[in-house]
Amino acid sequence: MEHIFDFSQVTTWFHDLLTLTLGLGDFWAILIECVLVGAAVLGAYSVIAMILIFMERKVCAYFQCRIGPVRVGPWGLLQVVADVLKMLIKEIFFVDKADKLLYIVAPFLVIFGSVGAFCFLPWNRGAHILDFNVGVFLLTAISSIGVVGIFLAGWGSNNKYSVVSAMRSAVQMISYEMSLCLCLITAVILTGTMQVSGIVEAQSGPWGWLIVQGHVPALIAFVVFLIAGNAEANRGPFDMAEAESELTAGHHTEYSGMGFGFFYLAEFLNLFIIAGIAATVFLGGWAPIQIGVEAFDEVMQYIPGIVWFMGKAFLLVWLLMWIKWTFPRLRIDQILKLEWKYLMPMALINLVLMTVVVALGLYIK
Amino acid sequence: MKLEFLSFDFEKFAKEMQNLKDQKGFDFLVTIVGEDFGEEGLGCVYILENTNTHERTSVKTIAKVVDGESVIPTVTNLWKGADLLEREVFDFLGVKFLGHPDMRRLFLRNDFQGYPLRKDFKATNEYTLEDDQEPDYGLEYSLDKDGKLHVKENRLFTNDDYVVNIGPQHPSTHGVLRLQTVLEGETVKRVYPHLGYIHRGIEKMWESMTYPQTLALTDRLNYLCAMMQRHALVGVIEEAMEVELTDRIHYIRTIMDELQRLDSHLLFTSCCAQDLGALTAFLYGMRDREHVLNVMEETTGGRLIQNYYRIGGLQDDIDPNFVKNVKDLIKYLRPMIQEYMDVFGNNIITHNRLENVGPMSLEDCINYGVTGPAGRASGWKNDVRKNHPYDMYGKVDFEQCLETSNDSMGRYMVHINEMYQSLNIIEQLIDNIPEGDFYVKQKPIIKVPEGQWYFSVEGAAGEFGVYLDSKGDKSPYRMKMRPMGLSLVGALDPMLRGQKIADLVTTGAAIDIVIPDIDR
Repeated sequence: MEHIFDFSQVTTWFHDLLTLTLGLGDFWAILIECVLVGAAVLGAYSVIAMILIFMERKVCAYFQCRIGPVRVGPWGLLQVVADVLKMLIKEIFFVDKADKLLYIVAPFLVIFGSVGAFCFLPWNRGAHILDFNVGVFLLTAISSIGVVGIFLAGWGSNNKYSVVSAMRSAVQMISYEMSLCLCLITAVILTGTMQVSGIVEAQSGPWGWLIVQGHVPALIAFVVFLIAGNAEANRGPFDMAEAESELTAGHHTEYSGMGFGFFYLAEFLNLFIIAGIAATVFLGGWAPIQIGVEAFDEVMQYIPGIVWFMGKAFLLVWLLMWIKWTFPRLRIDQILKLEWKYLMPMALINLVLMTVVVALGLYIK
Repeated sequence: MKLEFLSFDFEKFAKEMQNLKDQKGFDFLVTIVGEDFGEEGLGCVYILENTNTHERTSVKTIAKVVDGESVIPTVTNLWKGADLLEREVFDFLGVKFLGHPDMRRLFLRNDFQGYPLRKDFKATNEYTLEDDQEPDYGLEYSLDKDGKLHVKENRLFTNDDYVVNIGPQHPSTHGVLRLQTVLEGETVKRVYPHLGYIHRGIEKMWESMTYPQTLALTDRLNYLCAMMQRHALVGVIEEAMEVELTDRIHYIRTIMDELQRLDSHLLFTSCCAQDLGALTAFLYGMRDREHVLNVMEETTGGRLIQNYYRIGGLQDDIDPNFVKNVKDLIKYLRPMIQEYMDVFGNNIITHNRLENVGPMSLEDCINYGVTGPAGRASGWKNDVRKNHPYDMYGKVDFEQCLETSNDSMGRYMVHINEMYQSLNIIEQLIDNIPEGDFYVKQKPIIKVPEGQWYFSVEGAAGEFGVYLDSKGDKSPYRMKMRPMGLSLVGALDPMLRGQKIADLVTTGAAIDIVIPDIDR
């Protein structure tokens, strides 16, 4: 791993620049760093959102024998920019008799949960933004705040479709969080740490990716995680809360302008976050492919970690888009049946299986 | 079919109708035509079919005037499909049906004054400027012992019902249909359809048009069955005038009807997928529908709005490339239909979403008059092309597609199989279109002899028929359609009770309702 670029060199240099060269105190140095990191996170958040929106349009267009946006800019690249601009300058209006406080708070809660989870992604070696020793735990906790936002949006909008959607999304997301966490715990058993950076480090050796290391139980956990994650991100075939052919737009029916924009952004970013976590936990995050042949490994290590991470994450995003644009939507009772009767028992058994594998040392070392 | 009415007067009506159903086996009420018979008074014409022998009969009854109101006993106890049909008669003619539990206006607003299909109706702006108060109760009329009219209010909802309006603006009602739905959580308890959001009074307009003018409105009904609807209208007029058509006309009309059926079924299979959230399958269907439209466009000039048939034949001869184009289309389309099955129809989620959804048994289908593919999915042999063959349908070899699953999956499969059958029919005809005239010359002013006729064709979503009452003028005295969708909407409530909201959308898609056809 000695060739892989460590981003902490940059952060250390910058911290030294502030404290040693400029002679700032700890408080000011950390404040400046926090502001910069915050700006970088929001910047990355919106840029990735735009990339995802463009990608979704093109991917679904090609699945559907269409060509997608082509008019605005080369290959329609500026279409998303135009849409974002439009959304920014649209009027935000309130529905009569809506619960104003909940109505306003809801989109912020959704985006807060999403940005919070976004901060846990390991972009590169040494480029973690939030890296606690209970990382995975905190990640699931923070991402759950989004459910509250969707529920409040549905409840506060004074719209009957939205209420039905709120009930659906609450019951669906709370259910699927079970399998999601169980799959993460399965991974934690193998890596022995909940810290995100630690999880990646544990996968950086030859044949180290968890999906290889943990073979059968890891593979099961990976598949279950993707299904549950898809449901958690409210994407087809699990887009119950939105279900445009039944509930028009579900919880965000009554939102306009950036209120709607936040839901829209959060939906796409949640997709990326799910893919990112799956890439981190099961596919080694920023860790390159290592096969134990020195020359090959070395070449792979020269490819920067962020390329590996983004490559894996976007591969999974593409996989999830493929699923979304192929399958019809399930019905709410079928979704719950799938979770409580199949996925969760499977994840539980898998957890036991993984424990046995780890206890007996049957995993690939 | 020239109608020879059985006439029953008020006292005997209920008993005789019961007899017709129980003794003679007329178990399918095709339609009810309300009519102002002038001096005779208001009345109704009932067209009935025996579903075993396919024999049809018609009954005429004149309403009895009680306290200044015209009343006829209801037949909803015999044929449940009469529910909406009787409400329509009440709406347009003000005939009150004794014992009908829910006498409300069906198409017109509640503040509309008068009954437009009465001959003494004067068309002024009859709408008030006050709010349209929608009653939350239905009226039930009955005669008490002294022969006085008695009214009872039946509440539609209880106080703690959670009522959601699905529509009139909704992505999957396929138009401006409003389904007032009582929900209990996700479960549907009751569905009240509210119609008339796109009601244009076509039947009323027809009464002041000459016969050639009436044709122009048929493509605005079910916009996917423009050809078949026009076919039924010219069919009834030609039958009444006893026009002899050439074989060429019969051949071309049959081919065009089947092309239109393909068009409609392709849209059906696509929209069914879209309503289930499978947008990709939707666009596959739309892609192939373009090819069908291209073939039709070269001959008729229209893509959605088809104006091709006229009284005595066709607007124009077929395009020189027509035969070749149709053959190419057939070759192209067969593998594509399999593709819809691969991408959507055989998907496990699709099966879960469609199977046992919106169930309706064979008996109920006949009782509610659920014709077309929706009825055939319950095993009802109701194909007009087989039972009352017109044009070339008696001579070509095709199968009536039946399923016995009684559910939405069956309805979807009937549509898929019918596309293959349509291709078979076209294939048999396309090579041997005989030479001859494409138009039999008619008099400049068309007058239809006195009498009543009913002619029906198999539309894409059910039986489409036109009833014509002529007094020998150049305009019809009364012309009434049997829309495909009205009986389907009437059957939505029994299909959906106890099902989920998502099933409402699925069932609506699977029985193929198109709103302009229901509202007319």
